[in-house]
Amino acid sequence: MGRIVLEKVKKSFGDVTVIPPLDLEINDGEFVVFVGPSGCGKSTLLRLIAGLEDVSGGKIEIDGNDATFIPPAKRGLAMVFQSYALYPHMTVRKNIAFPLRMAKLDQAEIDRRVNNAAEVLNLSDYIDRRPGQLSGGQRQRVAIGRAIVREPAAFLFDEPLSNLDAALRVGMRLEISELHKRLKTTMIYVTHDQVEAMTMADKIVVLRAGNIEQVGSPLELYRAPKNLFVAGFIGSPKMNFIEGEEAAKHGAHTIGIRPEHIEVSGDKGAWSGVVGVSEHLGSDTFFHIHETGLAETITVRADGEVDFKHGDRIHLTPREDVIHKFDANGLRIE
Amino acid sequence: MARAITTQRKVIITAAAWAVGLLIFFPIYWTILTSFKTEAQAINDPPLFFNFDWTLENYAIVQERSNYMRYLWNSVIIAGGSTLLGILVAVPAAWSMAFVPSKRTKDILLWMLSTKMLPAVGVLYPISLIFVEFNLLDTRIGLVVVLMLINLPIIVWMLYTYFREIPVDILEAARMDGASLREEILYVLTPMAIPGIASTILLNFILAWNEAFWTLNLTAAQAAPLTAFIASYSSPEGLFFAKLSAASTMAIAPILILGWFSQKQLVRGLTFGAVK
Repeated sequence: MGRIVLEKVKKSFGDVTVIPPLDLEINDGEFVVFVGPSGCGKSTLLRLIAGLEDVSGGKIEIDGNDATFIPPAKRGLAMVFQSYALYPHMTVRKNIAFPLRMAKLDQAEIDRRVNNAAEVLNLSDYIDRRPGQLSGGQRQRVAIGRAIVREPAAFLFDEPLSNLDAALRVGMRLEISELHKRLKTTMIYVTHDQVEAMTMADKIVVLRAGNIEQVGSPLELYRAPKNLFVAGFIGSPKMNFIEGEEAAKHGAHTIGIRPEHIEVSGDKGAWSGVVGVSEHLGSDTFFHIHETGLAETITVRADGEVDFKHGDRIHLTPREDVIHKFDANGLRIE
Repeated sequence: MARAITTQRKVIITAAAWAVGLLIFFPIYWTILTSFKTEAQAINDPPLFFNFDWTLENYAIVQERSNYMRYLWNSVIIAGGSTLLGILVAVPAAWSMAFVPSKRTKDILLWMLSTKMLPAVGVLYPISLIFVEFNLLDTRIGLVVVLMLINLPIIVWMLYTYFREIPVDILEAARMDGASLREEILYVLTPMAIPGIASTILLNFILAWNEAFWTLNLTAAQAAPLTAFIASYSSPEGLFFAKLSAASTMAIAPILILGWFSQKQLVRGLTFGAVK
């Protein structure tokens, strides 16, 4: 079980309010991602749930019990830290066994669970090494092993992949998703990387300055962002925003159009502009178009085969059915 | 680019380093040397370096006149006891300052250190009165407490510095893993801080061993440690240099040997955190 409910949870450090009162429901078995730019309060929110920080107001409920003032050790949650936070003086085996030792399980049961976790996470070959002798990816696995052995009500991940290199990050991302499919335990995952959020989450919580901007599935957020902030934050490359006359034509203050929803053509189109920087990813090419008279730069995602040179004048056509409209307050107009 | 260091430069720097080292070591060397001379040779002018009759008579006389073992034992009890007591008080103090600091933590640390700026003699009178009142004069327990208090600021400061080097994430991980505060300190913090705690113990032991002001003023015979043993051979006229040197050599020998064997640990401890 792992249903977590936050009611009017608030956090301030001295006079600075980091998290104004917010409500959030996390259902049992859900993979929830907190995403937002750095300093948006996502890690603080996670630490409030963990109990590593005390709330300044409100209530935290875990599985129906009021956990607001229960110390972290008694909340039945496991956490994986950005720095891994392994115990450097213990071997991998002892690291993974530590929470079980604290729970006073008998040795046979501890051994059984540790060996099982080591096998699942491919750590058996390193079981007697110390964290200092392991690579970043292996350390991350030990940290996950330490979290899963105690069979917690929920897992909390605090930017667990940000210290890994790009290739490992993709691999670990899959492993964590795989783990969630198998364990079916609630997971709360904090990241600033919207790709991680999109690929892993059942539910994304977008935060800005401690406020929840929107809660929804990855595709809901992609297809119907509630405001300019979410629209700009979800999706890569970033959505293009156009104000003025062109927006007024659609009855909006601002319109947003994603780079992948603009057709490029050499000879005809609704808008025209000059090619600036092109980023070739192989499968796709991102063109940064200037002098369109719409916005400083319009980013376009085109097929990797499309080949325009720096300085070429080209034509753009947006897909009308996926234009997002926002009012003067930045809120979505349906 | 690596800095180019010429052989000549290396030789000069090495020679200078040795010169400074020898200069610092010279008083100890001279004390040891003098302890093997006769009283007449000890005050010979010009000073004698090697060409004298090596003798052990000073050691024999010192042994005969005073009970070295009793002084030694007092020193061990006083230095060891005050260090252990200090560590027991300082570990929780440094823990709270390093991991749950308040707005005033820095001020408290500075205030603690400021007590070391007061000349010890400034509080001699009140402390003596307290000692008289509680019948602590010339007792080991009295000295253990006083030396612990005198060195406590340094112990807390050193431990605080070491603890600050330990990532708080790891302690939080222990908390998440279900460890109580006691288990967190016992199984996670202390093992990680052992190098720091060890060098704090060593340094404090040496400081307490060599402390002379309080040990001389608050003891007479029963609790007198090796500092008092040395002092008993110093005379205003400087008549017994050789015996004084023999007594000094015997007093510093144990700590010198301890220091020699733990020098790696001491250097590591004292420079811990300076280079990451």
